[in-house]
Amino acid sequence: MHVNPTRMELTNLKRKLNTARRGHKLLKDKRDELMRRFMDMVRENKELRRKVEAKVMDANAHMAVVRSVMSDTAIEAALMMPMQEMTVDIAEKNVMSVMIPQYRTEYRTADDADIFPYSFAFTSTDLDGAVEALSDILPDLMKLAEIEKSCQLMAAEIEKTRRRVNALEHVMIPQYEETIKFIAMKLEENERGATTRIMKVKDMMLKQAHQYE
Amino acid sequence: MYKIGVMGDKDSIYGFSSVGLTVMPVEEPAEGIKLLKSVADEFAVIFITEKLASEMDVEIRKYRERTVPAIIPIPGVTGNTGIGLKNVSRSVEQAVGSDILAD
Repeated sequence: MHVNPTRMELTNLKRKLNTARRGHKLLKDKRDELMRRFMDMVRENKELRRKVEAKVMDANAHMAVVRSVMSDTAIEAALMMPMQEMTVDIAEKNVMSVMIPQYRTEYRTADDADIFPYSFAFTSTDLDGAVEALSDILPDLMKLAEIEKSCQLMAAEIEKTRRRVNALEHVMIPQYEETIKFIAMKLEENERGATTRIMKVKDMMLKQAHQYE
Repeated sequence: MYKIGVMGDKDSIYGFSSVGLTVMPVEEPAEGIKLLKSVADEFAVIFITEKLASEMDVEIRKYRERTVPAIIPIPGVTGNTGIGLKNVSRSVEQAVGSDILAD
């Protein structure tokens, strides 16, 4: 860093160093806490994902059976006009300055179980099973979406915080320290120079007044 | 108020329309990318079949750091390709520097 070696600069730098140290400590704490929560959440995410994936595969298997017993057009006709429409409200939760989403789902009709959009007369019972299976996994799917999104957001924030911590620890703070040392030494050097000069002048004056050697 | 969508090949996603999700049948990745761009602000969550997700991975990554939409891969009729779990590992890698939870 290029600075003028003055006392004012020294004071300024010391203040900056203090701020940087405090910021470093805070950010480090933030990183550690975020990491702790992130690890918990990621573990949950993995577990939930495995569970949900298995369930989705299961529901897909149901659908495969349906496709084998009903024609494509019949399936489409049965499912074309859904009874339900799901909407979702997003509330945000602040976790260490990361806004993680919380989904609250709402159905258009009052009864959650009101899922079959077709009359049972012309469809296979397998279709009922498939629709029910899908309806059952929906809460888990939403939970998965919530956790997975949170993980992604937290990962991004942790990366940013980690970079900041490293920048402070390995670049900013050493740089400040070095500059402060430089100025301090320069000031001392100036002081010594001044003292020597005064001593020298004193000698000269004494010599002039009393012819001392 | 946001909607919830499902994107992917028709066979994998049709069932979801009955439970109140918006289905968006997509055959080609290019089509999916275009569709995703145009509807991204309406949906809180978009479930996407793993096959399609792997084909438009670059596009999906752009949404990782946005609050909406959450783009979540799910297995389609073609089976489980493991890209979903890989996505989670990617988060760990981003946060920690290496995938310490790999198994």
